Amino acid sequence: MSLTDNLELLTPEFALAGLAFLVFAADLFLPETRKNLLGWFSIAGLIALIVVSIFMVWDHDQSLYNGLLAIDDFSLWFKVLFMGIGVFIILSSLDFVSEHLEHKGEFYGLVLFSILGMNIMAQARELLTAYIALELLSFSLYVLAAYSRNSPKSNEGGLKYIIIGAFSSAVLLYGVSMVYGVLGVTKFADIAAGLSVASEVSPSLWVGMALILVGLGFKVAAVPFHMWAPDVYEGAPYPITAYLSIGSKAAAFALVLRLVAEGFVPVADRWEQWQLVLAVLAALTMMVGNLVALAQRNLKRLLAYSSIGHSGFLLAGIAALSLDSSLPSNGVMLYLVGYSVTNFVVFGAFISFFNMTGKEMMTDLAGLGGTQPFLAASIAIGMFSLAGLPIFAGFAIKFYLFTAIADEGLLWLAGLAVFASLVSLYYYLQVIRQMYIEPAEGEPAYGHGYGYEHVDAEHGDDEHEHGESGEPVARYGSALFETFPALGRRPSLTILAVLGAGLLAVFWIGVYPAPLIDTIEAASRAIMS
Amino acid sequence: MSNFDQVALLLLVLVPLAGAGLMMFMPGDRPRDSWYFALFVSAISLVLSVLIFARYDHEIGGFQFTRVYDWLPGPMDISLSLGIDGIAAPLIVLNGIVLMGGVMISQNITYRTREFFVLLLALAAGVYGVFVVRDLFFLFFFYELAVLPMYLLIGVWGSSTNFGTFLRTKEYGAMKLILFLVAGSILIWVGILAVYAQASGQGNGTFNLQTLTDMAASGQFDSTFQTLVFPLFMVGFGSLAGLWPFHTWSPDGHVAAPTAVSMLHAGVLMKLGAYGIIRVGIFLLPDGADTWMPVLIALGTVNVLYGAMSAMSQQDLKYIIGYSSVSHMGYVLMGIATLDKIGMGGAVLQMFSHGIMTALMFTLVGAIYDRAHIRDINVLNGLFGRMGVTCFFFAIAGLCSLGLPGMSGFIAEFMVFTGAFRTYLPLAILAVVGAALTAVYILRLLARTFFGEPDVRWSGLSDAGVMEKSVAGAFVLVIIFVGVWPEPILRVINVSVPTIPGV
Repeated sequence: MSLTDNLELLTPEFALAGLAFLVFAADLFLPETRKNLLGWFSIAGLIALIVVSIFMVWDHDQSLYNGLLAIDDFSLWFKVLFMGIGVFIILSSLDFVSEHLEHKGEFYGLVLFSILGMNIMAQARELLTAYIALELLSFSLYVLAAYSRNSPKSNEGGLKYIIIGAFSSAVLLYGVSMVYGVLGVTKFADIAAGLSVASEVSPSLWVGMALILVGLGFKVAAVPFHMWAPDVYEGAPYPITAYLSIGSKAAAFALVLRLVAEGFVPVADRWEQWQLVLAVLAALTMMVGNLVALAQRNLKRLLAYSSIGHSGFLLAGIAALSLDSSLPSNGVMLYLVGYSVTNFVVFGAFISFFNMTGKEMMTDLAGLGGTQPFLAASIAIGMFSLAGLPIFAGFAIKFYLFTAIADEGLLWLAGLAVFASLVSLYYYLQVIRQMYIEPAEGEPAYGHGYGYEHVDAEHGDDEHEHGESGEPVARYGSALFETFPALGRRPSLTILAVLGAGLLAVFWIGVYPAPLIDTIEAASRAIMS
Repeated sequence: MSNFDQVALLLLVLVPLAGAGLMMFMPGDRPRDSWYFALFVSAISLVLSVLIFARYDHEIGGFQFTRVYDWLPGPMDISLSLGIDGIAAPLIVLNGIVLMGGVMISQNITYRTREFFVLLLALAAGVYGVFVVRDLFFLFFFYELAVLPMYLLIGVWGSSTNFGTFLRTKEYGAMKLILFLVAGSILIWVGILAVYAQASGQGNGTFNLQTLTDMAASGQFDSTFQTLVFPLFMVGFGSLAGLWPFHTWSPDGHVAAPTAVSMLHAGVLMKLGAYGIIRVGIFLLPDGADTWMPVLIALGTVNVLYGAMSAMSQQDLKYIIGYSSVSHMGYVLMGIATLDKIGMGGAVLQMFSHGIMTALMFTLVGAIYDRAHIRDINVLNGLFGRMGVTCFFFAIAGLCSLGLPGMSGFIAEFMVFTGAFRTYLPLAILAVVGAALTAVYILRLLARTFFGEPDVRWSGLSDAGVMEKSVAGAFVLVIIFVGVWPEPILRVINVSVPTIPGV
C-alpha cells in the first residue's frame, strides 16, 4: 500500500484549505461594505464540510501517510466539533468585525486556517505532525489576537501571545527532539512501545516527555504556564477571546487526549507516575484559576481565569485516563462540548453587549436585566451553567467528569474539583448580581430603604418604589437608553441565532445527554483500544 | 395500577417545571396574569400531591407509583427512577400546600412578577423531585435545582434591613445562604462520588438508590468506609436542615427574603436536608449512621436549645421565627438520630407539622410587615385591636409551636421525646427544657406584639387581606386536623419507618 492510497479521506481538509484561500482571494475583489458575505460564505462552507466529513469518514479506522494521520471516529468527532465552533464564532463575529475591525476579509480566512490546524491536531498520531498543526493554529491566532490594530491592548496582548507562544513551541520541540534522540521514534504508539520494553528509562527521556507536557501546558493555559492567558484574552477582539477560550482549548485537549491515551497510558507502571504529575498540575490549575478569578472586574479577564479553572477540570480528566474504562475520556469530551456551547451563549451575549455599548467591565452590566432581558437571561443561564448548576449543561458534564475521576481512584482530585466549583460560583454570581440586583446608574434600588430608621419619620408612607399591584411596571434601567441608544434595540439576528442555538444545546446537554454520550463513546473507543 | 399511577410522580415534577418554562414565554408586563397562571399551576400540583397521598396504599407500604425511565445506561447507570414511600408521601403534600399558600399571598409582587413565579415554580419542582426520585444523580440534580433559585429570589425581591447597629442587606443574606448551601452540597457531592466509586469497586457502579440500598443491606460497604463517608452526608444535608453550627444562613436568609420565599425556605426547603439524611445517609450507610448518631442527636439537642435561646433574645419578628425554625428542626434531627420507630416517625411528622406551622407564621409576619413596614417587637405592640384575625391565627401558630395538645406540633414533639427517652435519656430531658423555652419566646412575642398597650402609631393599620386570611385559615385547619386526628398521616409514615435500616 503506497503512502497516498487513501488520500481521498483527506478531502475535507483539502477543501477547507481551498475554502480559506478562496476567502482570501475573494477578499481582493469585494467592496468594503460587502465583506460580511465572506463570513456567510465561510459559514456555508463549514456547514457543508461538516456534512461531507460525517458522510465520508463515518466509522472509518484508517491511517494516512504511513501512520502520521488517523482517520477514525475520534478525529471525526473532534473535526465536527471544531467546525461547529468555527460556525458559531464566525456567526457571532459578523457584527463585531464590520463595526470594529479593519481588514474584514482576512479575518474569516485566518479563522478558517486555524480550524484546519485544529482538525489536523485531532488527527495527528505523531509528534511532528502534531507540532506543525499546532503551529498552523497558533500562527493564525497570533494574528487574530492582535487584530484590533489601533488598540494598544490588542497589540500588547498579541505581542505577549506570540512571544510566549513561540517560547512554548520551542520547549515542545525541544522535548520532541529529546524523545526522538533516546527512542528514535516520534509516533505516539511507538513511544509507548519503546517505553514498555526499556527496562530502565533514561533521564533524558523523562525530561523530553516532561518538556512536551510543559509545551502543551502553555497551550491549554495550565498553571503555572497560564500567565499569558488573561492579558491575551483581554487584549484580543471579543470574538477572538471567545475563540481562544473555546476552540484553541478544545484543539489542545484533543491533541493531549490522543497523545496521553496512545503514548502514556499503555505503559501502566510509568503512567501511574505521570498520573500524579498531571493530577497535581490539574489541582493547581483549577484552584489558582478559580481563586484569582474572584478578584477580576473585567469580564474578559474574568472569563480568562474561569477558562483556566475549566482547564484544570479537564486536566483532572486527563489524569484519570485508564485502559479499563472509557469514562474519563468520555468525560473530557463531554465536558468540552458542554463548556463550548455554554461559552457560545456567554460570549455571544457579551459580544452583543459590547457592540451596543463598547463596555467590558463587570459593573457596566448593571441594569442589563431591565434593558436587555434576553441577553441578561442568556448570560445568567451561561453563568449558572459554567458554575455547574442543574438543569443546564454545566451540571451534567461536571457530574459525569467528576464521577469518572472519582471512579479511577482520584477521589481527592474530584473532591477538590467540586470545591473549586463552589469558588467559581461566587464570581459567576457576581455577574448575575450586577445584571439583576444592582440598580442601573441613576435609578433607585428595589428593596432598599425598608428599615427601622424610617419608622418614626415616615411610617405609613408606601415605600415600594415600583408601583402598586396591578399597575404595569416601567421598563427597568431605561435611564441607560440615553447614554447607549443601541441598548434599546434588539440584539442582531445573528447573535439571536447564536444565543438560541446555544441555549437549546445547553438545555439539551443538561437534561438528556445520552445520545451525545453515545457518539462520544464511539470516539473514545478509537483511541482507548 | 391505573394509568394515573403510572405517570403521577412524573407529572408532579413536570407540572411546576413546565409551568415555569411556559411562563417564560408569557408577556412580562402583566403581573396579574402571571399571578393567575402561577396560581393555576400550583393548584394543579397541590391537587396532584393530595391525590397521590390519598392513593398511597398504607396497607402495602413500600415504594409505590414506581416507574423507571432510562437516562444514561452503561457504566454510570443513571436512570430517572421514581417512587414514593410513606416518608416522602406526606412531604409532597406539604410542598403542595406551602407552594399554593406562597403563590396566593404573593399577589402584591409587582416587580418582575413573571420572573418571580418562574423561579418559585422551579424551586418547587426541585423540591418535588428530591422527594420522588430514587436515583442519587437525580436526587442531587433536583436538590441543586431547589437551592439555586433562592439566590435570585432573595437577592432580587428581598429587602434590606437596617437594625441600627448593623445592616443586613438582601445581597448579604442571599450570598450567605447560597454559599452555605452550596458548600453543603459539595460535601454531598463528594459523598455521592465516594459511594459510586465504592460500588463500582465492587463491580456494580450505579447511582440507583434501590440497588445501592440493597448492596448496603447485604454488607458490601465496609464499615470503615461508611464511618468516613456518613459525616459528609450528615453535615452536607444537615446544613440545609439548619444543623448547628451550620444554621446561621437560615435566619439571615429569612430576614432578607420576601414572604413567599420565607415560607418555602422554612416550610419545605429545610426538610429536604432532613429527608436527605434519612434517604441517602441512613439508607446507604447504616453502619456509619449507627456510629454517628450520638453526634447527630447531641447537635440536634444543641439546635433545640441554642435556637430557642437565640429566639428569646431577638427583637425582629423574622429573626425570632427564623431561630424558632432552627430550634424546631432540632427536634427533627433528634428524632432521626434516635433510630427508634417512634422517634423517627415523630421526626417525619414534625417535618410536616413544622412546615405548615412555620409557613403560617411567615404568612402572618408578612401581613404585618406589609402594613407596618417594621418587624421590631419592641415597637409593634397592641396590634390586637387593629389586626384581630392576624393575631388570632398567630396565637394558634404559637400554641402549635410550643406544643399545645390538640395541635400537630404536640403529637410530633411527643413522639420525638418518647423516642429520645427510650434511647438517650439525658438529652431528651434537655429537649423538653427546650420546649419550655419555646413557650417563653412565643408568649413574649405574642404579648409584646399583639397585646399590651394599643399604640396610636398603629391605629391606621388594616387587618390581613382576604388572601392572607384564607391561606392562614387553611394552614390552621391543617394544623388542628393533624393534631386532633393524626391517624391518616401517621399510618402512612409508620408503614415505612420500619424499613429504615437500623430502626
